[in-house]
Amino acid sequence: MAYVWTMAEQSHGRLREVSFELLSRGRKLADKLDTKLCSLVFGSGLSDDTLQELVHRGADEVYVVDDARLDKFVVETHSNVLADLVQRYKPHTILAAATSSGRTLMPHVAVKVNAGLTADCTELDIEEDTKLLLQTRPAIGGNIMATIKSPIHWPQMATVRPKSSRPLPLDLNRIGNITRIAMFDAHYDERVKVLGLRPYDEGLAGIEESDVVIVGGKGMKKAENFGMLRDLARHFGGVIGGTRDAVDRGWLSYPHQIGLSGKTISPKLYICAGVSGSIQHLAGIKTSECIVAINQDPDANIFQVADFGIVGNLFEVVPLLNAKLGTCKKEGK
Amino acid sequence: MDIIVLIKQVPETSDVKMDKDTGTMIREGVASVINPLDLYAIETGIMLKEQHGGCVTVCTMGPPAAAKALKEAIAMGCDEGVLITDKKFAGADTWATSYTLAAAIKQLGEFDLILAGERATDGDTGQVGPGIAAWLNVPLATYVSKIESLSADSIIIERLVEEGYQGLQLPLPALLTVVKEVSTPRLPTLRGKKKARAYTLRAMSASDLAVDEAKIGLKGSPTKVVKIGYPKVTRGGVVVKAAGEQGLSNAVDSLLEFLQEKKLV
Ligand SMILES: Cc1cc2nc3c(=O)[nH]c(=O)nc-3n(C[C@H](O)[C@H](O)[C@H](O)COP(=O)(O)OP(=O)(O)OC[C@H]3O[C@@H](n4cnc5c(N)ncnc54)[C@H](O)[C@@H]3O)c2cc1C
Ligand SMILES: Nc1ncnc2c1ncn2[C@@H]1O[C@H](COP(=O)(O)O)[C@@H](O)[C@H]1O
Repeated sequence: MAYVWTMAEQSHGRLREVSFELLSRGRKLADKLDTKLCSLVFGSGLSDDTLQELVHRGADEVYVVDDARLDKFVVETHSNVLADLVQRYKPHTILAAATSSGRTLMPHVAVKVNAGLTADCTELDIEEDTKLLLQTRPAIGGNIMATIKSPIHWPQMATVRPKSSRPLPLDLNRIGNITRIAMFDAHYDERVKVLGLRPYDEGLAGIEESDVVIVGGKGMKKAENFGMLRDLARHFGGVIGGTRDAVDRGWLSYPHQIGLSGKTISPKLYICAGVSGSIQHLAGIKTSECIVAINQDPDANIFQVADFGIVGNLFEVVPLLNAKLGTCKKEGK
Repeated sequence: MDIIVLIKQVPETSDVKMDKDTGTMIREGVASVINPLDLYAIETGIMLKEQHGGCVTVCTMGPPAAAKALKEAIAMGCDEGVLITDKKFAGADTWATSYTLAAAIKQLGEFDLILAGERATDGDTGQVGPGIAAWLNVPLATYVSKIESLSADSIIIERLVEEGYQGLQLPLPALLTVVKEVSTPRLPTLRGKKKARAYTLRAMSASDLAVDEAKIGLKGSPTKVVKIGYPKVTRGGVVVKAAGEQGLSNAVDSLLEFLQEKKLV
């Protein structure tokens, strides 16, 4: 039986967390198919020690296309390499993270290898008799869940929403092969030049990958008031985001926007203050594990989806919450 | 500068109401609109034309009723409109859609730039743009948040990635998918609306395109939807009132307890 592949992501010689999340998805599928799980890594500068973690988190095989020309994501080159590997090794399934690069690479490759692709899945399974990948994803702003399969095209391909699964615990006893392969020069596409990266202000990088996201809406009234949300975020080691109204008023920059025309997140904990819970905002947060809302309007729509809601004035609730979290810490609770 | 803008007509979501009991979307009376994220692509196309000259052609694949979306784009300032419509295209997934649109673009002839939205609000995949770039073998930039500069043979852009804004230089012709930050869409003018009313759209059917019929529509789509479920919107969580000093303190305490129970704090 052909292998299950997951695409690892790296930057500056370090593996990103999504690489491990994908392995826990892939492990389950490979076990059901009774086949091997293989993690694919593109780029140079990853030591064997670093790569071993992929084995310890579930991979049976690690293939590294070890070439500095793959260090930065350029879709054309990455797509040439992946499409070639697919044609040579014919995997059963390929999973990539639904990140800016995964969501760019996979549709590009799907066209080249003539395969179906499902975006942003939150559940994956193997159909007993056919061994096809059952891909479930939210659609229409999270209002429906569609299960999709690709009955005659191979490989089975899906992108998986970051944070929608947890990495497997480290198992230092697991063993697996690390194989380094060279990239063909012909696969290098020189057309697009990467000019550089202008990093976000601190605390924003990886809002989709953050375990805790604190969101402020129009009810925050002005930019300065986000200070208390930043304090709250600091308590949890989280990051802050905003509704479209908060972004359009210039209180936060666009990369902070959560929702239909912004980012989709699935943190372990989402806390919002002064957010009404419009359908467009909910589209970006519905797969959060735990939703906490603070709003003074008892009829606010956000309470429909909240696991815990406080009806009250955020300018009283948030500072008190910050204060109590401070005391909790001090008392060592 | 010959620019092609790809738009999709989608159900209007701003007044979508959910049935609280069943968790289903109430679809009655839901109008169709231009995919809101495509408005940024339209605006970008018009802006670039205003700065550099040329022609903006807006294209959509959809039912005949999608003509309305094209007319709206023309009213905003696009020059030409192409409606790619045929019963045979119906039910296409992103693979078949990108194949069909790529074939239509080839039919249109030379171009410098293709602009698409980051994703459509109904299917919500963002796969069509990258798919077309693969079919046409043109350089691709997704999540474009800023056009830095445009010359006769290349474009410099910034795109939104996890760590920040990445700068890219692409030779033309190229395909960009854009996010909201790239532009502020204008409203159609009265003159634009008049022009749109008088304008005759160009129609393309399956037989007008050099397409393999096995690759279009539902039949040509690798993916099949096998089940639709309606997740319950309501989570039935706890809601406490923080009224008065004591009420406030109690509410915050019970939130902390809740978070401790869930091991979130
Ligand atoms: C095509 C389209 C795309 C969109 N995309 C997005 C998107 O990506 N993200 C997004 O968020 N929105 C999006 N929107 C906008 C969306 O429809 C709503 O307008 C927006 O989410 C509302 O933001 P809000 O909750 O901050 O503001 P409001 O709806 O105005 O809510 C403010 C809330 O704050 C509460 N409040 C006020 N003062 C206090 C106080 N002192 N204490 C406690 N509570 C208080 C009020 O009770 C109210 O419920 C989109 C809309 C459209 C049409
Ligand atoms: N049927 C279509 N006709 C024209 N453009 C489309 C069509 N479907 C998708 N697009 C374009 O591709 C983008 C992404 O759509 P999607 O991949 O469906 O999320 C949209 O924002 C449009 O610019």
